[in-house]
Amino acid sequence: MLDILLARWQQGHRTISFPKGQPAVPDRFRGVPVVDQSKCPVGCRDCVVACPTDAITIDARGLRLDLGRCLFCTDCVEACPEQAIRYTQDFRLAARKREDLVLNGESLKLAEALDKKMRRLFGRSLKLRQVSAGGCNGCEADVNVLSTVVFDLGRFGIQMVASPRHADGLLITGPVTENMRLALKKAYDAVPAPKVVIAVGACAIAGGPYINHPEQHNGADSVVPVDLYIPGCPPHPLTILDGLLRLLGRLEVGRPRA
Amino acid sequence: MSAAPQLATLRNGVARARREIPDLDWPQFRSAILDGVAGGAYVTAMFGHMPNVDDVVEIYVVLADREGGQLHGAKTRVCGDVFPSLTPECPQVHLFEREIAEQFGLRPEGHPWLKPVRFVKSQRAGHDAWGRSTSEQPLIGVMNFYRVEGEEVHEVAVGPIHAGVIEPGHFRFQCHGEHVFHLEISLGYQHRGVERALVGGPDKRTIHYMETLAGDTTIGHATAYCQVVEALAGCKPPARAQVLRGVALELERLANHTGDLGALAGDVGFLPTSSYCGRLRGDFLNMTARLCGSRFGRGLVRPGGVAFDADGTRTEELLKSLQTAMSDVTSAVGLLWDSSSVMSRFEDTGKVSLEVCEELGLVGPAARACGAEGDIRNDFPLGIYRFSHIPVSTANTGDVFARAYVRWLEIQRSADFVREQLQMLAGGTTLTTPGELAADSFVVSLVEGWRGKICHVAMTDERRRITRYKVIDPSFHNWMGLAMALRNQQISDFPLCNKSFNLSYCGHDL
Repeated sequence: MLDILLARWQQGHRTISFPKGQPAVPDRFRGVPVVDQSKCPVGCRDCVVACPTDAITIDARGLRLDLGRCLFCTDCVEACPEQAIRYTQDFRLAARKREDLVLNGESLKLAEALDKKMRRLFGRSLKLRQVSAGGCNGCEADVNVLSTVVFDLGRFGIQMVASPRHADGLLITGPVTENMRLALKKAYDAVPAPKVVIAVGACAIAGGPYINHPEQHNGADSVVPVDLYIPGCPPHPLTILDGLLRLLGRLEVGRPRA
Repeated sequence: MSAAPQLATLRNGVARARREIPDLDWPQFRSAILDGVAGGAYVTAMFGHMPNVDDVVEIYVVLADREGGQLHGAKTRVCGDVFPSLTPECPQVHLFEREIAEQFGLRPEGHPWLKPVRFVKSQRAGHDAWGRSTSEQPLIGVMNFYRVEGEEVHEVAVGPIHAGVIEPGHFRFQCHGEHVFHLEISLGYQHRGVERALVGGPDKRTIHYMETLAGDTTIGHATAYCQVVEALAGCKPPARAQVLRGVALELERLANHTGDLGALAGDVGFLPTSSYCGRLRGDFLNMTARLCGSRFGRGLVRPGGVAFDADGTRTEELLKSLQTAMSDVTSAVGLLWDSSSVMSRFEDTGKVSLEVCEELGLVGPAARACGAEGDIRNDFPLGIYRFSHIPVSTANTGDVFARAYVRWLEIQRSADFVREQLQMLAGGTTLTTPGELAADSFVVSLVEGWRGKICHVAMTDERRRITRYKVIDPSFHNWMGLAMALRNQQISDFPLCNKSFNLSYCGHDL
């Protein structure tokens, strides 16, 4: 018993102050990418060719980067002859609409809160059923980590529950494999309305590295309507938490509430 | 009896010409496997390959002989729709044969447990091992499940979606009250078509498939793939890169083993260790992120070396973080062994005997917990492990306690290794560019991932492209081990037993 108390003393208090304080991310962390199109040589398509998921397109309107498809890898950065692409350390990536994730020079339109009625229902208590539909256990692991003492999801009234019937919504990972499609649909149907759906990770948004494989369906919104998209491969736990809090109106658009 | 067949001798991470893999007739092939296994070798890989779209399927086998640190390879050709199953005499191949049956519509005659593996269409149009239509995708989970009948015997079906934040799979328990007679595990829900997509590569997506084969084993699978490319391109990664790969692989082990010990504590309701280890797992992941920006090591391991270097201050910081984390892990994990309430739940639960472990060819900590001594880092070392030795950690009771304790031993040894390597990090570059792959070649690459033996086998064609890429995640060997561990247990012990194996679904389903 004494050992347990001593260990408790040693372990200390570990819950981060986010969203009140801004947490530090590692210096090499790859958050929101920015492209300086003024550096792009005329006709250069090196980044388009290098991108493993065709997240970058160039046409007459310029270069567009789809954060929903982005794996946050370094292939485009390395391919660029002019160092026009760089990752910032901004971990805030979640958006309400799929098209908001496609950047064309402008800054990312972060997720807006649910409407008033939904916020009244879920703002202080949101129960989610997680469904992995082909996820590699990367997104799953970083969703799981939100329940540890570090992020302590419970303090926001958000909880992962065992049954869709006890849930207010689904948190989906994976590209939705053909073999999970029916199970996902059934889980969605089992959640009582009104409900929210959150797609976490490049796979659940657009298929990730598996995009256009016939064995999968290019993401959750092929099967169910999605209310929140959280990009990343996998998204950092802070990115997921930030997205959830924005959806519930617990953060102001753009910056955390003081 | 045919004469002892000559097998090709292979080494981990060394390419051979495909024509050097002997083409044996069936009796020779059969006795090569049976004699090899009787002599102590393990079947590391066994897979089909259809060189042309005709009726002939080649079956390749790779045996791993720990004693000599050698691998042995051979192939045979199967004409028609059946081949005699080796499973009754050599249970290790049970799932390999089921996979061949499913992928190529070849029926292993006499297989005692012939069921689909991933519920995918046969690659040989018009040939299905179960006589199903080959024009349609088979329905997942539609198969004959094992069934115990009798008064008050009941069946409990769980999944594909489970109660926690975890990947999907279907489990069926045959029970009498709380007592489990048998657990059948039916997977395939995570199938994403990785092996099919690798054919014709390498291309710009290949490394990303590798990093997401099993996302919690990013470093393990990426390293296995890079060893394949480097072997085929005749490229040697710089010494500094080899060290950083080893450091990353051990950090992956540290994170996952620590997380598993926390989860095991959680499953027996022991909250202190559960809560501390949950946090500490993240501390190890953050060390990997310090190295390359990603908690899972995405972007770090690349053919030819590693894409991120550890400069002086970074190394210092990593060493400091390691020391702090290990001090906390030591205190958190120590509580487990001193708490009788934990030990009474861990001990004698989910036992697997050494005999069953060897018959099924289990790998990794699950096998070492039964007293088996296999560890790729020791038996088939490559990279930094050729120069720096990690002692093999074993236990002998084969229960949940043993699987937990082996993890704790490995945590300590991995931490020592990381410390040692970071303290004497070799200078020089971290990345070279591998050239073209060799044509018509065959290579086996083995890595001891945190779950156990990761095996990748690749073959190139005359155009230097990949014509077959076989991935064998350690989970492929170990799922049947979990089923065996559940026999004669309480159904309420399933979460504990399951977590003590902590196997990958997508690593199995590919």
